[in-house]
Amino acid sequence: MWHNIFKIASKPDNIPIVGMLLLVLFFWFLSFWAAFKNDRIRRAAAGRPRPEGEKSKGDVVDVIDFMYPEEEQGLPKKVNCWPHLVKLEFICAIAVMALLMFWSIPIDAPLEEPSDSTLTPNPSKAPWYFLGLQDMLVYFDPWIAGVLLPTFIIVGLMVIPYVDVNPKGNGYYTFAERPFAILVYWFGFFVLWVLEIVIGTFCRGPGWMFFWPGQEWDPHRVVSEVNINWNEFLANISGITALKTETAGLLLGILTILAYFGLGMALPYLWLKRQESTIIYRLGLIRYGVVGFFFWTMMALPIKIVLRLVFSIKYILVTPWFNI
Amino acid sequence: MLTEQIEEIKEIIIGSRVYKSIFRRGFEDTPKNRVLAILGNVFLHLHPPYVKRHALKFTHSWCMGGITFLLFLVLCFTGVFLCFYYHPDKINAYRDMKYFEYDVPFGVVLRNMHRWAAHLMVITVWLHMTRVFMTGSYKPPREFNWVVGVFLLVLTLLLSFTGYLLPDDQLGFWAVTVGTNMARATPLLGHEGPFGEQLGVTAYNDIRFALLGGSVVGGNALLRAYVWHCVAMPVTAIIFLAVHFWRTRKDGGTAGPL
Repeated sequence: MWHNIFKIASKPDNIPIVGMLLLVLFFWFLSFWAAFKNDRIRRAAAGRPRPEGEKSKGDVVDVIDFMYPEEEQGLPKKVNCWPHLVKLEFICAIAVMALLMFWSIPIDAPLEEPSDSTLTPNPSKAPWYFLGLQDMLVYFDPWIAGVLLPTFIIVGLMVIPYVDVNPKGNGYYTFAERPFAILVYWFGFFVLWVLEIVIGTFCRGPGWMFFWPGQEWDPHRVVSEVNINWNEFLANISGITALKTETAGLLLGILTILAYFGLGMALPYLWLKRQESTIIYRLGLIRYGVVGFFFWTMMALPIKIVLRLVFSIKYILVTPWFNI
Repeated sequence: MLTEQIEEIKEIIIGSRVYKSIFRRGFEDTPKNRVLAILGNVFLHLHPPYVKRHALKFTHSWCMGGITFLLFLVLCFTGVFLCFYYHPDKINAYRDMKYFEYDVPFGVVLRNMHRWAAHLMVITVWLHMTRVFMTGSYKPPREFNWVVGVFLLVLTLLLSFTGYLLPDDQLGFWAVTVGTNMARATPLLGHEGPFGEQLGVTAYNDIRFALLGGSVVGGNALLRAYVWHCVAMPVTAIIFLAVHFWRTRKDGGTAGPL
């Protein structure tokens, strides 16, 4: 049972993925631990007088002050870079070099047969850090999965500092002060990026078919999939056969996508307004739109996965030139 | 007895003109000398003379940015040695890998270290980004440095990707084939992408052709990957790194704008 999963995991090029998974989980734990600890300290410290002889520079400084343990309260806030920081950097560098040495001596970098354009390996996989993108090809056409979404990921990352108008949590760990930002980040980074890589590495076998961990990769396995498009799906459940035509598919597709983004942005807006939240005023219309667009584009991937795996729906919008 | 002699030798060294010409500061552990140690050294002067105490903790910065930079240096160093033996053409590329394996002194360790450091660097870049996000360090006044960081993230992935092809084995060849096949589907610019055909884009003039220097992953692709990997992208990365470090310092240092 575990023979196959071990065989894949111990391939030299896949060791980094196993390492990455453990590291990401460790740092996930570490950062949330630090964030919850700070939040707890903050709550406890609310209303406590500042250490003597220091002027308050606002809310943020308070947090850092109280983050120090009791016995370090009186110590200076700043220390010399030499030797305190340089020393740590040196130790860290030695540790990493030692790790790299011990990794490089026993485990050889993979080298397969000479390249041969007539001999296609099955499955042929992209480098491991792009396997998330390759796995998206199951759910989206290449122009979306391979070009559009990667571009959106890069641009989306770049706009983060300009659309996050929350002034809190600048320079220290916290969860309570920015839960939405942190949840969205971890969903995108861990669930969509890291887990897609893990699925792409360990669960995608010959023909890019899904195999559970431990299941033998059988190249002759046949899975019959009857995928239908969105308009056909609607026609089937409503019984209106007119929806099956190409024109109806085009119109339904456009309407669905417009409704998806439109409602996705309008409903939270109305809800926030009802809550009398100040967030929408601080964001402004343009920033709110940018956040909404990138958020719902990101959520399109898990939604498309569910639609595909549960309802066998392939395309939402079919046009003569492209399909979504 | 021995200690005295060592002390004597130390006095001679730190009193010599050679030592003074190199370090230009006293040897005693004084607050002034601690500051001068940073300011008087081109490699250390990107540090501020003082740092906030909480920034020193491993649980705060995870050392990830520094580790990433260290791995970049390791990759430059091992990469130069790999360059001494490697020929970017279809006839020699794979043979050079065998040459590393059987003939070049420490060739196996050299190649292993280059590959594992590259993989590790991809991971540490992601973790560095995660840490910066979790401490909210992209918030004003450090927004722009986050953008520079995203450029560096993309460069890291592209450096790793171009390096993947260079051994010219089945692994690299098909990984790059799969990767660049996506470029076929670029809207407007790829011959299989939306509206590509309508604009007269074919397999011989689309964006994939520009990336590979041909319509298949062949000798030209190997050469282009090599030049991107060994010259163009490292130089670009160094420029972005310089901006990234400088901005880190100017925008408030490791522990934020407090």
